[in-house]
Amino acid sequence: MTVREEENAGTAPAIGRDELLTLYEQMEVIRRTEKAAHDLFLSGLVKGTTHLAAGHEAVAVGASAALQPGDYVFATYRGHHHAIARGAAPAECLAELMSKGTGLCKAKGGSMHLTKASAGMLGSYAIVGAHLPMAVGAAWSAKLRDSGEVAVAFFGDGATNIGAFHEALNLAAIWSLPVLFVCENNLYMEYTPIGAVTPVGRPAADRAPAYGLPAEVVDGNDVVLVAEAVARAAARARAGAGPTVLETLTYRHFGHSRTDPAKYRPAEELQQWLQRDPLNLARQRLTSAGVPEAALTAAADRAAAVVAAAVEEAKAAPPPDPEDAFTDMWADGGSAWRT
Amino acid sequence: MADLITYREAVAEGIAREMRRDPAVVCLGEDIGAAGGVFKTAAGLFAEFGPERVWDTPISEQAILGAAMGAAMTGMRPVAEIMFSDFFACCWDYLANEIPKVRYMTGGQVTVPLVVRTANGGGLGFGAQHSQAVENWALAIPGLKIAAPATPADVVGMMAAAIRSDDPVVFFEHKGLFASKGAPAPEGHVVPLGQAAVAREGSDITLVALAATVPLAMAAAEQVAADGISAEVIDLRSLIPLDMATVLGSIARTSRLVIVEENPYQGGWGGTVASIVADDGFESLDAPVQRVTAACVPLPFADVLEQAVIPTTDKVVAAIRRLTSY
Ligand SMILES: Cc1ncc(C[n+]2csc(CCOP(=O)(O)OP(=O)(O)O)c2C)c(N)n1
Ligand SMILES: [Mg+2]
Repeated sequence: MTVREEENAGTAPAIGRDELLTLYEQMEVIRRTEKAAHDLFLSGLVKGTTHLAAGHEAVAVGASAALQPGDYVFATYRGHHHAIARGAAPAECLAELMSKGTGLCKAKGGSMHLTKASAGMLGSYAIVGAHLPMAVGAAWSAKLRDSGEVAVAFFGDGATNIGAFHEALNLAAIWSLPVLFVCENNLYMEYTPIGAVTPVGRPAADRAPAYGLPAEVVDGNDVVLVAEAVARAAARARAGAGPTVLETLTYRHFGHSRTDPAKYRPAEELQQWLQRDPLNLARQRLTSAGVPEAALTAAADRAAAVVAAAVEEAKAAPPPDPEDAFTDMWADGGSAWRT
Repeated sequence: MADLITYREAVAEGIAREMRRDPAVVCLGEDIGAAGGVFKTAAGLFAEFGPERVWDTPISEQAILGAAMGAAMTGMRPVAEIMFSDFFACCWDYLANEIPKVRYMTGGQVTVPLVVRTANGGGLGFGAQHSQAVENWALAIPGLKIAAPATPADVVGMMAAAIRSDDPVVFFEHKGLFASKGAPAPEGHVVPLGQAAVAREGSDITLVALAATVPLAMAAAEQVAADGISAEVIDLRSLIPLDMATVLGSIARTSRLVIVEENPYQGGWGGTVASIVADDGFESLDAPVQRVTAACVPLPFADVLEQAVIPTTDKVVAAIRRLTSY
């Protein structure tokens, strides 16, 4: 089942030129933060692993543009873009990646767990699919409190084959909860194409009908189309019409993680997707709306300056105090477990 | 006090008291609505609080715990039922990776005030996949509080503490105790987590027990009393926080320790207690520590086989005699 046009009439806010320019600038900030994270990883200042979201910017920024401040977002280990789109500063994200005490999670989480709870970004989860039921729970809570909030789970194509995805869709459907399931289908899991392990062509959208849920397939590289689709789904959710599955089609520019060169992806495929770079698409839209080139350059320059300053700020930040390893487990702030 | 109540009734009573005082408390689980739960431990909740507060779920253990977690992060105090504790294996990700870690790994940005209730333990002949005592599974994971009451009054008082806790609590209700009776809990009864109870005072030997092994230890203490052995019985009540002060204080007087646990010897909670005693109570001991545990095999079906595997009064008595004649 797909959402019929007439149901959507009037629910999507038109994104004006000025707003689009802001969204473009946010995408530039994310792109440059991801590039900085990559460089810092290569220079040894970021340890462990990263899963960069360069290429996925339009999904996060478009969705955020369509959400309210009180809404809840749950992301995966590939979640830097969602943290920033919801309001995390690049400096606190990079500080987290660089094991600094000023990091978003006080350097206890790392790249895979960026969280900005004060902005409704309730975490990044590194067990594939685990956060879909959590988003269902946040939506259940919103319904119980009659708060009008919606919850959004962003997840990869690979997550559609894990049980939690199916349990989450089913529960959300029967309880008619205000939750959006937004798949970022980037065609690959780690190194294996999703099509090689999935019996349907659209791993998220094609499963939705089994749960009686509406689904839309969306160009995930076009920030305007993403924002419109999320606005439609959020309006449905707020109106009490229940969950929607959105499958956004996108592509990652880096490999899966760390220094993966992504040799498993055909060169022509990569080229095609790079031509559909979400930043380019946004610039094209802005140009055809009459925004002068200078304004685009100025936006990109501002983003570059923000990220350059963030890198310096994060580099200069102090490491955590080793004693901090023993705080924050319990709600009283400590970790005592015995007398 | 007038009438006794059953442990089973105490579970529903404990939840109901908290639901009456706090509208943020909501229940979810399989068959807990009109059916009142397969063990009837939710009996009466649906009738009193209705479908807005008591939610029947599909058979989706991951969704039950994941939804409880998301709700707990956003202002509710969910009480989730996992029908049998053996099914923790089906939602282990939430118990091992998500619920206990989210506060810590976000640097304290979110809290998850939820309770996971479950029917735990053997003795009823439910076989290998419905009889395990799995409190040691939870004990293996920092970040979970663990309650396992032995009496109806403690069920009510610890349920209050668990639901009011801002930390996640795994609440083990012992299947073998559901039909047992005890004094009802007084109004406003709260038993803080992390406080052991001295169930019987004694001076010659300390028996440390939990949930269904408390009555076993009490029966064993009664039996050896006839021979002039004075056994103290400590009901740990919770594993996290773990009240070792009470245990260490007891063995300082008795010098002998038997730990009675339903977990298998391999990885059972008694190993942690024994380790702490070795670290902090070695000087108190006049004899080795004895653990009476389940054997290291799956739980068998036939009574005679199950009794061979899990702790029994006879096994506890034998351990007491070994130590007092050491
Ligand atoms: C339950 C689980 N299984 C396997 C992994 C290892 N793993 C991490 S990311 C990943 C691929 C996920 O692919 P997808 O859902 O498409 O997300 P993407 O990385 O493409 O954004 C895998 C297999 C994991 N983290 N969790
Ligand atoms: Mg993928």
